[in-house]
Amino acid sequence: MLHTFVALVEDKPGVLTRVASLFRRLNVNIVSLTVGRSEREGVSRMTIVAEASPTAGHRITASLYKLENILEVDDVGQYACVTRELALIKVAATPQTRSHIFELVEVFRARIVDLAPESLMIEITGVSSKIEGLIQVLMESGDEILEVARTGRMVMRRGRHTSRVMEAMRIAGVPEAEILEPNVTAESGEESQLPQ
Amino acid sequence: MSSTPQNTRLTGSEIVWATLVGEGVTDVFGYPGGAILPVYDAMRKFPVRHILTRHEQGATHMADGYARASGKVGVAMATSGPGATNMVTGLATAMMDSVPIVCITGQVSSKVLGTDAFQEVDITGITLPITKHNYLVTRAEDIAPALREAFLVAKSGRPGPVLVDITKDAQQATAEFNFEAAAPKPYRPHPMRGHSADSISDAAKLIREAKRPVILAGHGIIQSGAFEQVRTLAERAQIPVASTLLGLGAFPASHELSLGMMGMHGEAWVNNAIQNADLLVACGMRFDDRVTGTLATYAPNAKKVHIEIDPAEINKNVKVDVALVGDLRQILEILLPQIPTCKSSPWVREINEMKGECAVRDIRNLPDNGHLYAAHVINDLWNATGGKAIIVTDVGQHQMWEAQYYKHDEPRTLVTSGGLGTMGFALPAAIGAKVACPDKEVWVIAGDGGIQMTACELSTIAQENLDLNIAIINNGFLGMVRQWQEFFYEKNYASSPILSPDFVKLADAHGIAGATVTKRSEVLPAVKSAREKKGPFLINFHVEKEDSVYPMIPQGKALHEMIRRPDNPLIETAEDA
Ligand SMILES: Cc1cc2nc3c(=O)[nH]c(=O)nc-3n(C[C@H](O)[C@H](O)[C@H](O)COP(=O)(O)OP(=O)(O)OC[C@H]3O[C@@H](n4cnc5c(N)ncnc54)[C@H](O)[C@@H]3O)c2cc1C
Ligand SMILES: Cc1ncc(C[n+]2csc(CCOP(=O)(O)OP(=O)(O)O)c2C)c(N)n1
Ligand SMILES: [Mg+2]
Repeated sequence: MLHTFVALVEDKPGVLTRVASLFRRLNVNIVSLTVGRSEREGVSRMTIVAEASPTAGHRITASLYKLENILEVDDVGQYACVTRELALIKVAATPQTRSHIFELVEVFRARIVDLAPESLMIEITGVSSKIEGLIQVLMESGDEILEVARTGRMVMRRGRHTSRVMEAMRIAGVPEAEILEPNVTAESGEESQLPQ
Repeated sequence: MSSTPQNTRLTGSEIVWATLVGEGVTDVFGYPGGAILPVYDAMRKFPVRHILTRHEQGATHMADGYARASGKVGVAMATSGPGATNMVTGLATAMMDSVPIVCITGQVSSKVLGTDAFQEVDITGITLPITKHNYLVTRAEDIAPALREAFLVAKSGRPGPVLVDITKDAQQATAEFNFEAAAPKPYRPHPMRGHSADSISDAAKLIREAKRPVILAGHGIIQSGAFEQVRTLAERAQIPVASTLLGLGAFPASHELSLGMMGMHGEAWVNNAIQNADLLVACGMRFDDRVTGTLATYAPNAKKVHIEIDPAEINKNVKVDVALVGDLRQILEILLPQIPTCKSSPWVREINEMKGECAVRDIRNLPDNGHLYAAHVINDLWNATGGKAIIVTDVGQHQMWEAQYYKHDEPRTLVTSGGLGTMGFALPAAIGAKVACPDKEVWVIAGDGGIQMTACELSTIAQENLDLNIAIINNGFLGMVRQWQEFFYEKNYASSPILSPDFVKLADAHGIAGATVTKRSEVLPAVKSAREKKGPFLINFHVEKEDSVYPMIPQGKALHEMIRRPDNPLIETAEDA
């Protein structure tokens, strides 16, 4: 089963290795991994898609938290999310054979971003299945695909939800730890007991 | 706190020591070399004792033994390249058993990083999976913050080893030093840790309603300092307590509710009690495979409550009914008021009967018929030391016999490598334990195989004139390997017989006193001389060569499917059927 995690990590050298190495150690295959800046300086955001058993989500999340540079991990599979992937697809096409590709691009709400005498480049954004759909249709219509570059999935939860960690960092004057007092289940409202 | 005035300009090397002193470090185990020489040069200005080891592996095990015996963070130091790679085994050992140590390594100058410079090795890359965290520091001003954070990380949450790799140019440059300003942020909160009032009361309810409960006492009790709380829980609810290897000492072995060690080499009544239990209360233990046997048949009728600080351990091996994730002591403090006092328990009586049936091996009554068994040695050692010594064991049969026959009543009196099972651990770890606890009696119990892996540290003991005693359980074999070969490989003793030097002569060559013992009657006198001798003493116990550790659960079998002790009149008492 595919699991998707959003991880907020400190933007420091070697953090990507630590994350990737953890998946290797757990013997879990990473399907895609995207990293980039987040809304806050010094914090990077990763979306990690991994193939693992249905029950592995807890273990992977908990293991990610063992890495000192990890600020927050969200196993987003269980929530309503917007998922996007961007792909660049280079297709062999001459002025004579282009036109049907233009039509396909239109249908898929993609864009042509480069046009050369013997090729063109398509930019497409969407969920992965949409990208795969375009590639398949291109192949079925006999077009020669020269190159494909895909970013891997990016995910954001729908609605007002944001990271508690980022929230804590944003609210000036409130010590991070106070807001972040962990996992108090909603029903109980119990103070948590964290050893320091 | 640091005696250095605030905001002084120091070299990176001085900052290393000033920060260590500020963190309360009084002892460092290490070995110098080119890339760490500036730090060694600055050492004399600071009130820290440096113990020169004979191998960097030894330095890491010493820091480890120091930490396990005292609860403080152990510190080891080495140069770049081979010095750093020699630390790998010690780091992995500490990682597996969650021991807080900080290892400091020198590194080539930042300008030549990544160029295969002389003695350059990517030690932060190498140790990534065997440290809780590590740092590469390339600027003098980053040293104090990195080191301070390293100490915090090492001892917070689930403890573990941290490595700080410092380039030579960072050691040589200068920077403002301000110990207070370098303080790390409070340890980051862990969103997965926590427990609701509901889950606490669920656990309490399970405990109140259980008819056949067993507490599984682990290393986490010692790390959390929850000795009293676990004892209160056991006494109040009349719950018998089984210990993991690393949990020995976390509950007094002489207590009437103490069952002893569970798992692969646990006594039959312990494992049978677990298999027949209707509730397991796991306290700071991680259901290692040596503890559970095959998972499919593990305690099939028991509900499970797991109190554990590391969320990654929850439901990892054994599915649990209630998980309380956090510091054990704090959780028990909340839980205990919900546990009523229970007067007597038929279950405890039942287990005591099981115990009786399996018959305690009352080795004290064994006839002295010329055969010396490791069991004799350890039992006598236990008697002679009143069970009060810190025992540091190596890995193998002797380690299991120690766990069975030396009754630990206090935490931090057994130092042993459990998770990694690192042969060669005992001698250096005992040096660390003795340096940490100079007023305690410290004994090494090692096999003839394992002692030879790090025997070079005898010289360290001599140089430091450490008053510790060494018992070698000499069976002429890599005994644990031989036992497996006997049971599972048709007695094909491939490369398990091992030749050893005359250990007493070896000790003598180091100026260390010693004695050889071959008969049971000689055990106590030799132990007595060792205890009376100021300074180190080594005893070479020649024991039965082909003795085995019983009971034993073969790998892949259930806890109750153990190989029992054969009818051997030499090691069985009359009532041991
Ligand atoms: C030859 C050999 C034979 C062995 N045979 C056996 C055997 O028969 N029986 C046996 O038991 N072991 C045996 N072992 C040891 C075994 O491999 C494991 O090392 C051992 O069982 C681990 O014990 P543990 O889970 O208590 O400790 P650890 O592995 O140290 O785990 C401690 C747990 O406590 C948690 N913890 C830490 N601090 C806290 C805190 N403050 N609050 C709450 N939780 C905390 C940690 O997160 C961790 O999960 C053997 C080892 C060797 C080498
Ligand atoms: C470094 C290392 N290498 C190999 C092993 C595998 N091993 C486990 S026990 C053992 C035999 C130990 O022999 P000895 O030290 O004589 O102790 P004994 O079992 O005889 O008491 C071996 C080889 C190990 N645990 N550690
Ligand atoms: Mg041996």
